Amino acid sequence: MELYGVEIASRLLLGTAQYPSPAILADAVRASKADIVTVSLRRESGRLREGQDFWALIRALKLRVLPNTAGCHSVKEAVTTAQMAREIFATNWIKLEVIGEADTLQPDVFGLVEAARILSEDGFAVFPYMTEDLVVAERLVEAGCRVLMPWGAPIGSGKGLNNLFGLRALRAHFPDIPLVVDAGIGLPSHAAAAMELGYDAVLLNTAVAKAGDPVAMAQAFAGAVEAGRAAYLAGPMEARDMAAPSTPVLGRPVLAR
Amino acid sequence: MKIIVNGAELELGAATLAEALAALDYADAVVATALNGHFVATRARATTLLAEGDQIEIVAPRQGG
Repeated sequence: MELYGVEIASRLLLGTAQYPSPAILADAVRASKADIVTVSLRRESGRLREGQDFWALIRALKLRVLPNTAGCHSVKEAVTTAQMAREIFATNWIKLEVIGEADTLQPDVFGLVEAARILSEDGFAVFPYMTEDLVVAERLVEAGCRVLMPWGAPIGSGKGLNNLFGLRALRAHFPDIPLVVDAGIGLPSHAAAAMELGYDAVLLNTAVAKAGDPVAMAQAFAGAVEAGRAAYLAGPMEARDMAAPSTPVLGRPVLAR
Repeated sequence: MKIIVNGAELELGAATLAEALAALDYADAVVATALNGHFVATRARATTLLAEGDQIEIVAPRQGG
């Protein structure tokens, strides 16, 4: 798939937070076969220099990074964070989060569109974390977004795809824009379901990081994403309400008497 | 001069943002900076003057989803 002109092999984007250890994070990323990992910016501590060690670990993986603006609740915070991320990570890619509500962490779509416009005009390649709302999607595309990332369910909830109808409608409405389900995926079956809908990729973190065995789960997700994509390309059958025998009816022997 | 660095008030004898970073031992660290809520690029740090009560944010790469 192509994201902002860059050919990306893996359709699984993986977050780097909440792993039991840096070594498990690195192993899980490798097992996932992800080409893109998400990262953030946080205050550097004077003595610990936690960020320097983390950055060394990520650089050693030699993958593309997608910095986020996680935790930003205003357009100004998100824009400033994006500017800092562009300098530090030497990429114009930004996963744009403008959070509107603390319990659901759902995006403030009004601030999101405004921030997306400011950043797109400033040369950023914006990956907006959004609800599955069609009109918001239209506005984001008008603002310059060439990738859309609707949520499946609230961040970290593991609920899967809460609004299949909405996600399907979004796919149908934007056949040529890469669509990534970002947030809410808890199981490989959720990821496969997103891919079967024709989504281009999935972005997840907690489902792998908080699994009993994150490395094994990363591998499971890699398989699910590949299977879901293959199924979409193969053309899934239409569902129906009533049964339809798969074994031929013609030629059935009469044995009732 | 009192400067607020990542939320903590410090007494710094630095005239510019670059001097403040050097004084705090960040000269060779991978960090990005903001002054009073506005991004300050690396190349602009040496010419960015500090004033009493300024708020500096110093951030580094971190785990993210």
